[in-house]
Amino acid sequence: MRYKLGICVFVGVLTGADVAAQQRPATPLPGSVFQSPEARAMQSDDTSNPAMLWVEKGRSLWTKSDGATGKSCASCHGDLQTVMKGVAARYPLVDQKSKTLMNIEGRINNCRTDHQQAPPLPYESNELLSLTSAITYQSRGDVRLVGIDGAAEPFFTQGRALFEQRQGQLNLACVQCHDGQVGRKLRGDTVSQGQTHGWPAYRLEWQSMGSLHRRIRSCSIGVRAEVLPYGAPSYLALELYLAWRGGSLPMESPGVRR
Amino acid sequence: MAQLPVRIILPSTAKKGDIIEIKTLIQHAMETGYRRDDVGKPIPRDIITTFAVTYGGVEVFKADFNQGVAANPYVAFTTIATESGELVFTWLDERGAATIERRKVTVS
Amino acid sequence: MAPQQSKYAPSRRKVIASGLAVTTASLLHSPTRAEVEELTKTIFEITRGALPRYGRVKLTLPELAENGNLVSLLVNVDSPMTTDDYVKTIYILSEKNPLVIVARFHLTPRAGRARVRSNIRLATTQQVVALAEMSDGTFWQGGSSVIVTLAACIDGG
Ligand code: HEC
Ligand code: HEC
Repeated sequence: MRYKLGICVFVGVLTGADVAAQQRPATPLPGSVFQSPEARAMQSDDTSNPAMLWVEKGRSLWTKSDGATGKSCASCHGDLQTVMKGVAARYPLVDQKSKTLMNIEGRINNCRTDHQQAPPLPYESNELLSLTSAITYQSRGDVRLVGIDGAAEPFFTQGRALFEQRQGQLNLACVQCHDGQVGRKLRGDTVSQGQTHGWPAYRLEWQSMGSLHRRIRSCSIGVRAEVLPYGAPSYLALELYLAWRGGSLPMESPGVRR
Repeated sequence: MAQLPVRIILPSTAKKGDIIEIKTLIQHAMETGYRRDDVGKPIPRDIITTFAVTYGGVEVFKADFNQGVAANPYVAFTTIATESGELVFTWLDERGAATIERRKVTVS
Repeated sequence: MAPQQSKYAPSRRKVIASGLAVTTASLLHSPTRAEVEELTKTIFEITRGALPRYGRVKLTLPELAENGNLVSLLVNVDSPMTTDDYVKTIYILSEKNPLVIVARFHLTPRAGRARVRSNIRLATTQQVVALAEMSDGTFWQGGSSVIVTLAACIDGG
């Protein structure tokens, strides 16, 4: 019931609010700016950030042999810190071989199936979250640079359209909240620009680490729209658009979020 | 309970008599016993109940937890650097399963 | 950890006295009588009927917690931490959680300093008390109140 009330109040606020035509925020702001001072402090202190437990676990998984080949990630790639520096900042990207849009989770699973001959790891499994966190952590502070031309262009266009498309029973588009309502209180949350540079993140609400797709699913549930499966092409396209939309924001994953 | 992911931050070297701060994190849901799963079935309580630290074989810190302790328990405490030696960190859950980690500190 | 059972039942007068003390400290949130009594009862079970003194214990919590799932806590007790004068145990007690005792921290003189940090859960806006048992058998307490805002409505996934 509390849920319903929050949404109703919010829709009231939205009445008459025009969707900004702007495509990229003039000043991109990291998600942490919209968090409490305590959450921000926790995010910037690796010695108390609970997300670091997943990073640590990912580091140990990196050197663990698995699958029919008995190879570990390290067997092919070498030292995590050296070889994965800046990699996550270039994702998602179009995979040369499959011509599909791939995020870090997809890339890890591609290596598992094709190179390790191991089963793919499900989204939100401790293993996949840990590997994703450990890899993304190596790009902390790096500026995000994703390709949106050539093979990536159709995915980018799809992502933008999805971001601007009204959906759900509440008939709200991502852009209406994450552009039109930035800084406004929505129940306990402060609406941010919906940047993705802090993801995967530790969310107090979940009491755990979670993927970007889990975060977007929460937004879909919020507007009572159809919730798509993890790794769905639409979420991947959104992920590309959002990565571009962050402009020159540096990566800040693993973030701490309410 | 298999060995759970743990993070321990402490200086590897210290001057004798220095007070050092040790920060610890362990990955555990600290399930309260108050929540229900998707089909409405209560999720049983499952928590870490104690966390103890010995230094050179002597207990220097101990904590008892209830479900009021947040998920992925974080505890930071201090100890005097008395001698070079090993610190042993032990977390125990309600069923008696343990996660044990060791760290060395060199005291000059 | 089961709440401590004590054979020393506190006297009625003491319970009321301490109840008043707690209420004054948390006027803002007007806890129900039952909640105050539950906290007071636990305090007296721990102290075996003795009235804890205010002071020496500094409990730092955010004034406002955006989510009760994780509230950072820092407790400092003013003590020399020598072999004959140190803090033995620090109890973290909550007024409105389903269980009053949140955690106990046992220290020794080898801590050098009586300072502990942790993260706790708070069911709702309430008063939190840190109760320190000293090596000389005395009890000291400090408290802090935290406003816990409701969980976000935008969720479920
Ligand atoms: C009704 C308003 C609303 C709508 C519509 C909405 N969101 Fe959100 N979104 C939120 C709120 C509230 C949060 C949590 C606070 C914050 O970080 O903005 C959030 C958080 C996010 C975040 C995390 C930002 C960070 O730094 O942690 C992303 C990414 C995001 N939303 C993407 C989307 C996408 C993609 C859509 C469209 C499919 C969408 N949102 C639709 C309200 C909304
Ligand atoms: C048998 C060798 C092999 C193993 C084992 C392997 N990979 Fe890979 N990995 C590759 C190759 C080759 C590529 C280049 C893309 C491709 O051809 O698949 C790659 C690409 C990647 C990339 C993208 C790098 C970039 O710059 O875009 C990531 C991230 C990655 N692997 C992670 C992992 C992880 C995590 C594991 C362990 C679960 C793993 N890999 C195991 C061979 C391997």
